[in-house]
Amino acid sequence: MKIGYYPGCSLQGSGRAYSESLFAVAEKCGIELEEIKDWNCCGASAAHSLNHDLSVALPARTLALAEKQFLDQILVPCAACFGRLANAQQELTTDATLQKRVSDYIEMPVAGSSRILTVLEFLQEHIFPVADQYLVNKLNHKTACYYGCLLARPKDLTRLERPEDPMEMETVMEKAGATPIDWAFKTECCGAGLSVSRTDIVAKLSAKIVEDAVSRGAESIVVACPMCQMNLDLRRKEINQQLEVKSDIPVMFITQALGLSMGIEADKLGLNRHFVSTGKVVSCVGRKEV
Amino acid sequence: MEKKHATTGNESLRILVEKAVGVEVQTCYQCGKCTAGCPLNEEMDLMPNQILRMLQAEYPGYETEILSSTSIWLCLACDTCYSRCPQEVKLPHIMDFLRQESIRRKLVNPKAKNILKFHKAFLAEVKRNGKLNELGLTIDYKLHSLHLFQDMQNAPSMLFKGKLGLIPHHVQNPTEMKKLFKKING
Repeated sequence: MKIGYYPGCSLQGSGRAYSESLFAVAEKCGIELEEIKDWNCCGASAAHSLNHDLSVALPARTLALAEKQFLDQILVPCAACFGRLANAQQELTTDATLQKRVSDYIEMPVAGSSRILTVLEFLQEHIFPVADQYLVNKLNHKTACYYGCLLARPKDLTRLERPEDPMEMETVMEKAGATPIDWAFKTECCGAGLSVSRTDIVAKLSAKIVEDAVSRGAESIVVACPMCQMNLDLRRKEINQQLEVKSDIPVMFITQALGLSMGIEADKLGLNRHFVSTGKVVSCVGRKEV
Repeated sequence: MEKKHATTGNESLRILVEKAVGVEVQTCYQCGKCTAGCPLNEEMDLMPNQILRMLQAEYPGYETEILSSTSIWLCLACDTCYSRCPQEVKLPHIMDFLRQESIRRKLVNPKAKNILKFHKAFLAEVKRNGKLNELGLTIDYKLHSLHLFQDMQNAPSMLFKGKLGLIPHHVQNPTEMKKLFKKING
């Protein structure tokens, strides 16, 4: 079965490792991802901060193109893009006047009918049913599953049963042979879009996240959002300036972790692309006993 | 860029908010959960529940006070407040509207100017290419904010790790994006 795929801008740039590892895992499991042709940027925080109609029209153009391509399901791995696409879909399907106006802007009909999947839903519904035979390795370390904001909230879009204390990522990491820890900051905000304009705020918020994960014994942080990954990894120098005890805890994408447990080489999963070395985590990986 | 609303010119900010976002501010009973859970409450000049209280009370001068606050620009739209609100007040959507109104009335707090410049540089890049190129965005923001050397130390290693694309991505027909932006801005 073909599943539609919206990479979003980050996955072509700073979040490349996310798309590399996602494709490696999907390929291993025989799942084909079909990119939405000629997709555009979701507008991110900038559009919804400055212009409401634009914040719906930008994702709507992509949704309309997906409908043209007859894609019933679209995987949006970036949690931030997911938030924008799902929000646009919700607004389009509940406000007929807005739908008409947006359709005029983009010069295409848009129904908002495709199902938009988070990476967690994609893993649960499409990878897990076939994954067992490929899970040959164990990650053998303690990990902190970090959801951040937009994978968890708002719950009418993310469809999580427990938005304050979700467990979906933990299920994935247990399958990968890691030991998820119990911690307090899994759905706290990393500072997101203020990364460049207010790096000081991002450093403060991200430092609290890193500190809590480390103090509870985590040896890696696993994420499902390129913004969270960038803030926790690329901003480590600024984060460490806030911390009494400096930390070199690596920050992996969930698809990289799953890829390691499938025996896919670290380079193919983009694990060499992070600022904080993922070497320690890779060296913990061991064969699963049969 | 501004959102257009059917304003009669004498509608209060409270009424504009209620029309644009579809919430009744009186439903808030000031439990304070929004402020308690806000990751940026320490940085804010007006607390989230305080903004709602001001919209409820509408005392003289409240509009300018809200629209020139830094809080409306610091809000990260993390949705913690909305998720915990017993009355389901869509505070992040209210914040979006207040930012747009603050630009329209030229009341943006000077301390928030760089946040606004970043958003503008971001949208300029999307208007140009339909996709965001992180390099283009960074250069554009640096020129406008004059933070020319910020993050320069990261550039070489980002390039080396293949995280910084030099060739810009764009939609097939970039004029389509320019047209879309033009229509929305009127």
